[in-house]
Amino acid sequence: MSSDWPLWEVFVRSKGGLAHRHVGSVHAPDPELALRHARDTYTRRMEGVSLWVVPSAEIVASDPDEAGELFEPAESKIYRHPTFYDIPDEVKHI
Amino acid sequence: MATVAVDPRTDYLLRLGDDALVLGQRLGEWCGHGPVLEVDISLANLALDQIGQATLLLNEAGDGDQLAFHRDVLDFKNCLLVEQPNGDFAQTIARHLLYTTWQHLLLQRLTRASDQFLREFATKAVKEIAYHRELASEWTIRLGDGTEESTRRMAEGLDWCWRFVPELFEVDEALHAAIDAGIAPDPREFEDEFWSAISAVLREANLQAPADQRPILGGRRGHHSEHLGHLLAQMQFLPRTYPDATW
Repeated sequence: MSSDWPLWEVFVRSKGGLAHRHVGSVHAPDPELALRHARDTYTRRMEGVSLWVVPSAEIVASDPDEAGELFEPAESKIYRHPTFYDIPDEVKHI
Repeated sequence: MATVAVDPRTDYLLRLGDDALVLGQRLGEWCGHGPVLEVDISLANLALDQIGQATLLLNEAGDGDQLAFHRDVLDFKNCLLVEQPNGDFAQTIARHLLYTTWQHLLLQRLTRASDQFLREFATKAVKEIAYHRELASEWTIRLGDGTEESTRRMAEGLDWCWRFVPELFEVDEALHAAIDAGIAPDPREFEDEFWSAISAVLREANLQAPADQRPILGGRRGHHSEHLGHLLAQMQFLPRTYPDATW
């Protein structure tokens, strides 16, 4: 039965001001029950103050086979981190 | 052992506490048997809410553990609806829709009770039960307005439970005393509201209300169906066999 139901990705905001974080997924027949299932599965120990559910099929993911070309080029570019630069002592307020 | 006469407040606490205990135990029977994992967790959450409420109510009425595990079937004051077997998922949902719609309307009124314990209890419980009512309504609508099989099962579940609803609005001598003492709301005051809420859910679910049946009463006075004895046998076995067991 649950394999007939679409999968939904669940995001929980743990408290006001923080971003929603991905916590897992649930099966449900429609958006309203996906929220109920997410509530019952992922917020039963006071984990959250807000919930998002998103149809898993709507998530566009990068291809693991392309991980090399997508992510490795960034490895050799440490100058993109602000910590790469020495800040002169005279510069205030940084 | 026949029920000894108790004061109206204790009697009322036992009625509400036994409802919650027996319904919680019934829902707990689903644990590990739910139709899908997500629903299994939902039902377990509902069970724990009810058992939490039973703990508060029975501890206010006396020694909660003693009352839950060492009373015989004739001394239980729950309504007949909550002791009905789970049946299939649709029958469980039918029972939950009817009971928690009534329970929610009652708790809303108890949040304004003059009795401090009942007022504080209801303020906490009303939020839990609002969710129960909402979830049961959602499932009734989906099953009723679902496939041919789910529609049939939902209709059969409602049909099973229907004859036990009038008991929820029965005012017998003991409840009358509790109402007169200003402890309990009169359930007849929200009977119309109950039926219009149920009708609205059934309409959305594309279901016909079952035909009126001969009401079955008596649970509040200890006249239970055979089902309660089996439920208690399972629930009470361990503490009765090993009275001082701890774990």
